[in-house]
Amino acid sequence: MAVTNTMENLKQELLELYKVNKSQINANVGEKIKLARSKAISDFEKLGLPTRKIEAYKYTNLEPVLTGNFNSEFSADPFNVNLQEIFKCEVPELDTHVVLVLNGFYYHENVLSDLPEGIIVSSLAQASVYHTDIFNAHYGNYANTSEDGLAALNTCFAQDGVFIYVPKNTRIEKPIQIINLCFSFKDLRINSRNLFVAEDSSELQIIVCDHTLCKRSYLTNSLTEIYAGKNSKIEFSKLQNENNHSSQLANTFIYQKARSNVHSNILSLHGGFIRNNVFTKIDGEEAENYTYGLYFGDDNQHVSNYVFINHAKPHCTSNQLFKGILQENASGAFNGKIYVSKDAQKTVAYQRNNNILLSPTAKMHSKPQLEIYADDVKCSHGATVGQLDNEALFYLRSRGINEKEARHLLMYAFAYEVLSAIKTGHLRERIIDLVDNTLWLMDLLN
Amino acid sequence: MLKIENLKIEIDGKEILKGINLEVNQGELHAIMGPNGSGKSTLASTLAGRDIFTVTSGKVTYLGEDLLEMSPEERAHKGIFLGFQYPVEIPGVSMVNFLKTAINEQRKYRNLDPLTASDFLKLMREKKDLVELHSNLTNRSVNEGFSGGEKKRNEIFQMAMLEPKLAILDETDSGLDIDALKVVANGVNKLRGKDNATIVITHYQRLLEYIIPDFVHVLYKGKIVKSSGKELAMELEEKGYDWIKSEVE
Repeated sequence: MAVTNTMENLKQELLELYKVNKSQINANVGEKIKLARSKAISDFEKLGLPTRKIEAYKYTNLEPVLTGNFNSEFSADPFNVNLQEIFKCEVPELDTHVVLVLNGFYYHENVLSDLPEGIIVSSLAQASVYHTDIFNAHYGNYANTSEDGLAALNTCFAQDGVFIYVPKNTRIEKPIQIINLCFSFKDLRINSRNLFVAEDSSELQIIVCDHTLCKRSYLTNSLTEIYAGKNSKIEFSKLQNENNHSSQLANTFIYQKARSNVHSNILSLHGGFIRNNVFTKIDGEEAENYTYGLYFGDDNQHVSNYVFINHAKPHCTSNQLFKGILQENASGAFNGKIYVSKDAQKTVAYQRNNNILLSPTAKMHSKPQLEIYADDVKCSHGATVGQLDNEALFYLRSRGINEKEARHLLMYAFAYEVLSAIKTGHLRERIIDLVDNTLWLMDLLN
Repeated sequence: MLKIENLKIEIDGKEILKGINLEVNQGELHAIMGPNGSGKSTLASTLAGRDIFTVTSGKVTYLGEDLLEMSPEERAHKGIFLGFQYPVEIPGVSMVNFLKTAINEQRKYRNLDPLTASDFLKLMREKKDLVELHSNLTNRSVNEGFSGGEKKRNEIFQMAMLEPKLAILDETDSGLDIDALKVVANGVNKLRGKDNATIVITHYQRLLEYIIPDFVHVLYKGKIVKSSGKELAMELEEKGYDWIKSEVE
């Protein structure tokens, strides 16, 4: 009972926090955000925060993470920070359109030049006021606040983040890189919110990098909605690389129309506590979805991925591939579900989760699930938890490759299956370098 | 070059090798034959440094040093090569990356600079020709999806690249058709020299029609029960292992 009470108290505290700061939270946002908010508040009152009694959170205890002592900021930091100086991205020389987000707020000095005609990249709050037609048609439509407490919580507090709009038949050559930075003199709770809309036959590549720039503790409960119009192609990559005191709850809701192709790469390189929820609804025929993930954990980190793919229409394909390497006392969880509705005949859906544990104290819980109501489908799922292959290690060493290098090669090869699927070429190369470095630092056992 | 004295080995408390004595000198080619389960592969793996076995007694001296004290990579650096009976598939590690790493690690040990990319490719072409490897195996991941024959040819190719002093070939002939067998044998013969030595482990005499050994040893129930010249292989082919068994027991 103690568990429920703490989370229940926190829920009341958060609702109270909203009431007290209501006018400030709603100061700069449009009507649609306020509308979604009022529904989310009543949803959140009903749902509360997810406890381990909920199946999807059985192996991921949010309580110690959520109940930390955090401050909230309801307006953007008005000061100019020389971000170029304090921040050096670990994936340098990436040819991208860079958008900075500071503690959940769109950084006011962002300048985006040479964007193709019609493309909008702006602050979410501004879009809710200045682009109401597009914004109101999508905001809050894909994130279901009545089923998920974290989505409801984000919608209650959402004030800002990034809005991207790509009109019909338009293609952005360069990826848009959103850099989420946490930098403050206080421990912060952050609720950032993004909305990406790719209209019919458009193409969009987005990379979201999450970083902490100081040793403060952060609890980020972010939410991203992605709309993929007919025949659109989206590649969405998320690169999580934060300090040990940070907790990240990242919720992504994807909605796909016919013949759209969405490829997500969820790369969790570092962080104290990471929970990714990816909900996809495929609501048009012949659409494709690829949700790939790679995660590393050491120390006492926890990395948890929850993926839900809802096949609502026939002739669609989805593929989930999540791979992880954990060491020391790190723990992880994978919960993936493929849901095939009665009408979604000829669905092809795969799901796989492979894990390597480098130490006897590392832990992994894997639960791949299928829920199928159609009778003509091709679906499979599987999970493995193992160690580095000793046979392979010996093979490499017998050729003169030292143990450390051999272990590195095997870990790299394990990760490569996920990395090689990244479609944007120069992004793939950069990320491969970054993962390579991470792996060198990671394998402490040698 | 290699001296094995009274070597006894256990795995999970079961004694597999029960006192092996063997001496291999430069320029020699030794064949170790024997029925299944006689301990041939255990001997080969132990010499290469596989650590799942426990050495309970005996010693192995290689070029004047205690071999059993060395890590697998150290043994490789000092010129030992094991051709695996079952080469391991390593998805994601490219053949080129694997071989380049292996060669440069060995060069580092010998205080040589790493090979440049073009020198490496040149070496690879040269050795591919030597072992008649014309397919594109080198563009793929290590052994991944290779046929049985391709895997064995790949072992000989690696041997050619690494130029070992002592090559131990564990059942390199098993699962090969006659053409592949000839290619593998050709490769071994071309790499034979007066400064290096080879130990060929085989179940059948067939390979020894193409690779002529200087010595043939029969391993049975963890012991070398018979040693002789190449004619022993013929005799075994004719009479089968039962002949040895009845003679020993």
